[in-house]
Amino acid sequence: MMHIFCPYCGELREEEEFHAKGQAHIERPIEPEACSDAEWGDYLFFRNNPRGIHHELWIHAVGCRKYFNITRHTVTYEILETYRMGEQPGITAETLAAEQLAQSAAASAASSTTQQTGDARP
Amino acid sequence: MSDATTLDPQAVTDADAATRSQTSVIDQRPALDVHLQTARSPLAHLFTARADANAGVVLEEKAFLGHLMLRGDPAQSGFAEAVEVALGLALPLTSSTLNLNDAGVSIQWLAPDEWLIIVPGEEAFAFEQALHEQLSGRYQVVNVSGGQTVVSLSGAQARQVLMKSTPTDVHPRAFPVGRGVPAVFAKATLILRHVSAKEGESEFELVIRRSFADYLGRWLLDASEEFGVCIKA
Ligand SMILES: [Zn+2]
Repeated sequence: MMHIFCPYCGELREEEEFHAKGQAHIERPIEPEACSDAEWGDYLFFRNNPRGIHHELWIHAVGCRKYFNITRHTVTYEILETYRMGEQPGITAETLAAEQLAQSAAASAASSTTQQTGDARP
Repeated sequence: MSDATTLDPQAVTDADAATRSQTSVIDQRPALDVHLQTARSPLAHLFTARADANAGVVLEEKAFLGHLMLRGDPAQSGFAEAVEVALGLALPLTSSTLNLNDAGVSIQWLAPDEWLIIVPGEEAFAFEQALHEQLSGRYQVVNVSGGQTVVSLSGAQARQVLMKSTPTDVHPRAFPVGRGVPAVFAKATLILRHVSAKEGESEFELVIRRSFADYLGRWLLDASEEFGVCIKA
């Protein structure tokens, strides 16, 4: 059993109350007539299937019945954030990569410090 | 154009002020004599009176209440005040909050722009009119009385029945008096409200759709059986 934070109810609620509705932030072309077949087909049928961060549209079906967005990790299933319609994600593949880079840089700096002090040990 | 005046925004405003509301509202409840002879509540066939002095669970259908769905923007100036004047109850602005009074009137937060109002059946029409009279701008009031019913669940083992039926946390710490939420219940859905707790015994209200009433009524009777059931009718 998982709890999901609904940004409209403002609280954690039971997983069973929610339904996933696919990829988030898909915008309908403003002028469908001006689209090429490829563009229109892309809008209608093609979805991302990333390994890692995915932004998804969910609905609190047995609850406030509002749609909202979830940033989810498709490998760990971890829900990293939920946010309202019209808002942008705070966590993306890019911010996570930058964070990991900073962490590994800090780790390698720490390990080189350990090596230096290690020399002094008997 | 002869109808130009009716399109004049000022004229519309004046007409609005004169009639208070241009929404036509009809009394959905038939005359009392007709009502008493013909009306059958969604659970009338299941919840026939059953006495049990040692019952751990007490069930009662609160039939023929007035159910009104209210929608609107609480940030709109005057909205919350208008609802309070019409109902005599404050509009709950916090998630999952239920406000109720001794006159049998309640209003429950369902979503940031949606509330469920339950009133005594014979007063539904008057409350509906009062809401239209007080509210202005963009809002909606829909009488859904015919579509749902209320079951009162109380008794020493009431919470055990809920725990068998819903994934929602009903521990008093997580589900205190004055909290109400839509919930998954026996794979169906309903609205669950904690109405009162007297001497440690809680009363819950289950707002059930008419189409789920037979199934959920049978589920409740079955789930309550082991604790002993008393049915008030
Ligand atoms: Zn919600």
